[in-house]
Amino acid sequence: MNTTTAARWIEACEADAIDEEDVMRFDHDGHTYAIYRSPDDEYFATDGLCTHEQIHLADGLVMDHIIECPKHNGRFDYRTGQAKGAPVCVNLKTYPVKLDGGKVFLGLA
Amino acid sequence: MTSETIQRDYSLVGRDTKRAEEIGLAAAQWYSCPISRKELKELMKRSDGPALRNTALWFAALFLSGLGGFYFWGSWWAVPFFAVYGILYGSGSDSRWHECSHGTAFKTRWMNDVVYQIACFMILREPTVWRWSHTRHHTDTTIVGRDPEIAVPRPPDILGILLNLFAIKSSYAAMKKLIIHASGRLTEEEKTYIPEMERGKVFWIARLYLAIFAGVAIWCFAIGSILPAMFIGLPTLYGAFFVILFGLTQHAGLDEDVLDHRLNSRTVYMNPLYRFLYMNMNYHVEHHMFPMVPYHALPKLHAAIKADCPTPYNGLREAYAEIIPTLLRQVREPGYFVKRQLPNPEKAVPYNHGTQFVSAAPAE
Repeated sequence: MNTTTAARWIEACEADAIDEEDVMRFDHDGHTYAIYRSPDDEYFATDGLCTHEQIHLADGLVMDHIIECPKHNGRFDYRTGQAKGAPVCVNLKTYPVKLDGGKVFLGLA
Repeated sequence: MTSETIQRDYSLVGRDTKRAEEIGLAAAQWYSCPISRKELKELMKRSDGPALRNTALWFAALFLSGLGGFYFWGSWWAVPFFAVYGILYGSGSDSRWHECSHGTAFKTRWMNDVVYQIACFMILREPTVWRWSHTRHHTDTTIVGRDPEIAVPRPPDILGILLNLFAIKSSYAAMKKLIIHASGRLTEEEKTYIPEMERGKVFWIARLYLAIFAGVAIWCFAIGSILPAMFIGLPTLYGAFFVILFGLTQHAGLDEDVLDHRLNSRTVYMNPLYRFLYMNMNYHVEHHMFPMVPYHALPKLHAAIKADCPTPYNGLREAYAEIIPTLLRQVREPGYFVKRQLPNPEKAVPYNHGTQFVSAAPAE
């Protein structure tokens, strides 16, 4: 789980609101994020929009540790934000995540 | 429906490009039929099995028909074998490059890439160029000035369409592009959708394609026969018929500049043989609305959303009964288009109702 230090922790959702190997959209303060639950039951978070054409990644498909954009097949490793090839060229920003009391918290600067 | 129009500018660097961007038609939010996340996730699941079987069958049919053509070469018996080989090569490759470009045919990435490269060569579509142009086509489907893959700009070029039944006009254009790319250049339009980092690939693949064609030509001269070209190169032309027959049903004659795929795309029911050749792209509304759903799941997706879509066309005959007179009328009346009837139109498109920005006043 991506739990480095953060200036503030924002409650995002119930931990079991996201299926294993799936993603959920979370909007906060005018910004959209994507929160992932991996097949091995770890949680991660990235910016919510694809760096290619501003499509919501939460509508895409999670396969292992890859999120695939629903519009153009752009693929990222959601653990690191790394873009995995065309048509995406720019990495996703990632955010720390922690679990507390059955809830997922997103760490923001 | 017809409307008073001015001549559209279909280039990607012209007047209508600017207008599309100014009024919010570029990279816009599109209508999406309601479907649960759970159901869509199930439909989006990847699998290698269906495409492995499909590809094995395709290659086996190519091999057997090619073998027959080779065996009977010099007699009329070769004609039906090369007809089948040509259709599988020149038309079957169309749906295969397309599905593999989306990365949805196979679950395994490299399998998509291998079939993509082979099919692109067969249909003479440069892989890097078409990957990016198709990306734009999905972002801005039939948005004038933005979509590089509008098959029938208005007024329609009927002669060009007829020539493309044997890929004559399209192959001529493709060869010209190959020469440009092999010399290390892109057109101004291509620069708008192919990023810098991808351009080197375009140039090297163009050189490779030209080298292969030169090799086949030399081979033909050396043995004094066109037989090698009957297997590599010429089938792109003599087998292209179904590219047009199927491809025109996708968007031709329908509305432009609408942010709803139900208004600018057709779903046409087809028989299993056609659906094999076309990899279910007859479910074209569904494909555009949810492009990450693999071809083999499109019939299920169709069943899931059809209540929120216009009535599908019951076969190619019904589709062409609409397309042919529409295109002929558009030659004289470029503003004319077929307006698809949406179920519950009053609430079907709650936003992005579509902007006919060249229209003065729609009229029947």
